[in-house]
Amino acid sequence: MPVPLSLAEGYHVNSNHPSDEYLIPLRLTWSRGVLTPGEVVYPTPTQHKIQSEPKPLSVYSGNFQLIAKFNVPPTSVAGPAAMSGKLRYQACNDKMCLAPKDLDVSVQLDIVK
Amino acid sequence: MLDRKRIFQILAIGGIAAYLASCSFFEADWPALKDAKERKKAPDFALKDSTGQVVKLSDFKGKVVLLNFWATWCGPCEVEIPWFIEFERQYKDRDFAVLGVSADEDGWTSVRPFVERQKMNYRVVLADEKVSQLYGGVDALPTSFIIDREGRVASSHIGLISKNTYRTEILKLLESPKDEKNGVVSRNRLPASPWADLLRPPGAGASN
Repeated sequence: MPVPLSLAEGYHVNSNHPSDEYLIPLRLTWSRGVLTPGEVVYPTPTQHKIQSEPKPLSVYSGNFQLIAKFNVPPTSVAGPAAMSGKLRYQACNDKMCLAPKDLDVSVQLDIVK
Repeated sequence: MLDRKRIFQILAIGGIAAYLASCSFFEADWPALKDAKERKKAPDFALKDSTGQVVKLSDFKGKVVLLNFWATWCGPCEVEIPWFIEFERQYKDRDFAVLGVSADEDGWTSVRPFVERQKMNYRVVLADEKVSQLYGGVDALPTSFIIDREGRVASSHIGLISKNTYRTEILKLLESPKDEKNGVVSRNRLPASPWADLLRPPGAGASN
């Protein structure tokens, strides 16, 4: 299930594996629901070199998407299903950083038996 | 063949260009202190440092203070920290102090090892929502305020600026007489050029 994301121009978010332990990674988590959350596939990050920083940052910017995988429990019923979760991110541009945020995320799926 | 006057002019232009580049003249920031009579009182606050001791801004009365809102997850903030370490070391005996206010949500768990890793030599306290609001709602980091000896905000900066801008503003305040209440502290937006003498034709005499 694709989860499309779009960042304002000039801003980036850390990838799911940032270049420093103190940087806040992009992280998508799901609440308990009809489906069992599986792997979240993150895109390949870009290495963003900022003049003022000694090493490049592993980041996402512009338009990109995550792929959310779910497992269907045997007892689930065919039909529409919704899953909700949170996207944790922390955005910066080359001069400043904004506070970490949690964004509510929801996806609609069809369970087919 | 170039005559002596032409060579002199070329060297002067090259020197000025090099100086202006070193001053970050063409970047978005340059030193700009508010006139003394326009400065507002910096709001006082009481926050705890890593030892649990309460630190108040009013404890620094009489000193020039660089009040820096930052966080361990802020890359541009990390760029500035070595500068602040240097300023603290160079100017602490001239009644100057850096005070770092960390916005890290998990508090000392992250901040304490980070301070040790960076070898930060200045006071660091943890922010609360109140101090953020007192300073206009600190939404972006780094956000810094330069506070004069009378406890007034002389300048404020949102985002990464140049080391030279900080240094120039700090030195201007350190060099200002105490209890400067009236008049202008500094009209000059650029520090005095060491190349000024090159602008005069040979034989014109030295400036003051």
